[in-house]
Amino acid sequence: MPESTIILNNTGIQRALTRIAHEIAERNEISAEIVIVGIQCGGVSVAERLAQNLSQIWSAPVPCGSIDVNMHRDDLSHRAAPTVHPTLIPFDVTGKTVVLVDDVLFSGRTIRAAMDALTDFGRPKRIQLAVLVDRGHRELPIKADYVGKNQPTSQKEKIIVRLAVRDALDEVVLERP
Amino acid sequence: MTWNRKHLLDIESLSADEITTVLDTAKAFKAVSQRAIKKVPALRGRTVVNLFIEPSTRTRISFELAQQRLSADIVNFTADASSLKKGETLKDTARNLEALNADFIVIRHSAAGAAHFLARTLNTHVINAGDGSHEHPTQALLDAFTIRERKGTIAGLNVTILGDILFSRVARSNIWALTKLGAKVTLCGPSTLVPRTFEAMGCRVTHDVDGAIRDADIIHLLRIQHERQRKTMFPSIGEYTQLFGLNKARLAKTKPDSLIMHPGPVNRGVEIDSDIADSVRSLILEQVTNGIAVRMAVMFLVNGGKGAQEITGG
Repeated sequence: MPESTIILNNTGIQRALTRIAHEIAERNEISAEIVIVGIQCGGVSVAERLAQNLSQIWSAPVPCGSIDVNMHRDDLSHRAAPTVHPTLIPFDVTGKTVVLVDDVLFSGRTIRAAMDALTDFGRPKRIQLAVLVDRGHRELPIKADYVGKNQPTSQKEKIIVRLAVRDALDEVVLERP
Repeated sequence: MTWNRKHLLDIESLSADEITTVLDTAKAFKAVSQRAIKKVPALRGRTVVNLFIEPSTRTRISFELAQQRLSADIVNFTADASSLKKGETLKDTARNLEALNADFIVIRHSAAGAAHFLARTLNTHVINAGDGSHEHPTQALLDAFTIRERKGTIAGLNVTILGDILFSRVARSNIWALTKLGAKVTLCGPSTLVPRTFEAMGCRVTHDVDGAIRDADIIHLLRIQHERQRKTMFPSIGEYTQLFGLNKARLAKTKPDSLIMHPGPVNRGVEIDSDIADSVRSLILEQVTNGIAVRMAVMFLVNGGKGAQEITGG
């Protein structure tokens, strides 16, 4: 039976996302240049909340899209074919500051793939990275610009993010095998 | 999401879940072809051999474009220009291609079972691009994709396949795919080309066109395949058109929202009136567009290794 600990509860997640939104607003003065792109699957609901928070701060809508990185992964022939989710970027990213959003930052390979996938859609002015949880164990030179919570983990542990799950409060859980 | 297969050889052995997985995956790949950069690196560094022992234009071009959009390296091998003409066996040809480190072989062959034979013989991924009168799985998948895209679902639809069923691998693969997905399939055509034995595949067989298309949501026309008929199966082309060709008068008696499909190449004026082939109810060109997406999805899925699908975090 795996042992699980809640590392972020409902209000913890809300506070973290509010803080990240303010940090994004602080670092990017021109609100019209910011677009948010969530990485499928886990990053999309985090991205939607961040975009909501930001549009409240700026009193202006912030474009929010989603990107699936499975066609850009570097391990496709070593694993069963992944489920591909829709990529929806209904705005031009060229010249924009794109804030990539994921739920958990781990090896960094997903982010590498996301940056490759994103550049197929245009040439962003800059790309920033926001994550709800950074659990370490990077395999690539990638660092998040905005972090909800730094959580040291062992390789065997799992981080489970439950956001917008029907009839349940949001939570981030650390599971030990 | 269900897919653990190394090859795509036929529809008969696929489950409804597996077919749905291909269609869902194809949806994402269709979007790739609509972008400014119509290419993803999913098969980068992988070598694909298109082994087309039987002539084909649209299927080969569709596969080639699909492979290019997945960034694969491609070798095309056609019957005319190959050593098969010099008497080399299919097995030797294929083993030579494997010795060149090909990762995928896409095979079109006039003999039923050719793709299965290669899959047993070689270690590469094998995709059946049509084997004799047996199956043409990617055609059935793209047809199912097109129907689902237009009608929202396949379960419960009435699909009538009209024409040369006996010699048609497209018909066989379509019957498997559509019945597995819950459609009601009716076959119609001259009795010589639509034998009652097809009822064993779970279809209704009729030789009355008007009755066959009256309640159809999809009218799927097949080309009369002169090259596969050793002797004439009906008196004349003119009589076929008269009795079974889809014309305005016949179409007027069908459901107003019925849609028309044809795998191509179309014999205008034989199985279908020229005007109808170009009408808004014709899905013929959508089928061609969707063919690329479906073939990308198939290559992407069979490329997957044996490992676990889910990788947590990234």
